[in-house]
Amino acid sequence: MKLKELESCLQQVDGFEEPKILLEQYPTSPHIAGCMLYTIHNTYDDIKNKLVADLGCGCGVLSIGAAVLDAGLCVGFDIDSGALDIFKQNVEEFELSNIDTVQTDVSTIGSSFAKKFDTVIMNPPFGTKHNQGIDMQFLKTAISMARGAVYSLHKTTTRDHISKKASDWKVKMEVIAELRYDLPASYKFHKKKSVDIQVDFIRFTPK
Amino acid sequence: MKLLTHNMLTSHVKGVTKGYPLLIKATEVKVNEVEFQPQFVSRMIPKLEWSALIQAAEGLGYLQDLPNAPISNYENNEEFLRKVHRVLLEVEVIEGCLQCPESGRQFPISKGVPNMLLNEDES
Repeated sequence: MKLKELESCLQQVDGFEEPKILLEQYPTSPHIAGCMLYTIHNTYDDIKNKLVADLGCGCGVLSIGAAVLDAGLCVGFDIDSGALDIFKQNVEEFELSNIDTVQTDVSTIGSSFAKKFDTVIMNPPFGTKHNQGIDMQFLKTAISMARGAVYSLHKTTTRDHISKKASDWKVKMEVIAELRYDLPASYKFHKKKSVDIQVDFIRFTPK
Repeated sequence: MKLLTHNMLTSHVKGVTKGYPLLIKATEVKVNEVEFQPQFVSRMIPKLEWSALIQAAEGLGYLQDLPNAPISNYENNEEFLRKVHRVLLEVEVIEGCLQCPESGRQFPISKGVPNMLLNEDES
């Protein structure tokens, strides 16, 4: 599948109806999701026939992309039942069967899925509003869950901090791409129409 | 909820030391066809908690005479792999609940999604 095809396929995925500020429910755009999945699949072969977890899956754009690219099974984890309802509708509309969902608080599951998944993909909350540090909780959990690689998005301003943590956790960290994350003004407190933030697309692998 | 997902789920209610495997109490079960990927199934078999899978499949009535341990040389046995594929990926619990074997806490399954969220006093 070509990147363009994947991207236009992911444009059919419905997003949040009323995003919740506390949960930082920013959507992952079809463009960014497409670029991430295309690279994970084509450069690293970490999706096809793999057991994949998607943490903080929201309405499921990354999970659906992984399922379309023939993951053995992709399991989406999210705390919010509203987002998971939309996720399930999306799965039905795409007629995908290699996908499953669990409602749970990713920041509290710790190491209970230790090394259960081949690959973990995620666009975690950036931890900027009322939940500082949640991005690192997600990352720590993701690294504990994966036998192989973790793919994640993080604000470029946090790169040094993440690099230190990666070395504490004894994982190799590689910035695959720098992306411009176009955050649409989803919430009332956003005064501008949209804000661009610099985001790193990072791959973590066991050392 | 597929049984492959169930195979990985643990209850972590405060104080529980062995919240595994969760007992499935199903009121609605469906079988959805999933494309058979023999390499994927072969690769999953050694990573599974086999006895938990057997217990879950038996409880739902989909055991299909699967043995108490994976057979030897399963990689080359398509019939066996297809049976495992069926219980891992095609059998889905749509409604019911999961019960923690130690605390008895029940986690509801609704529209195919198990809700593992804990109340504040439980975590």
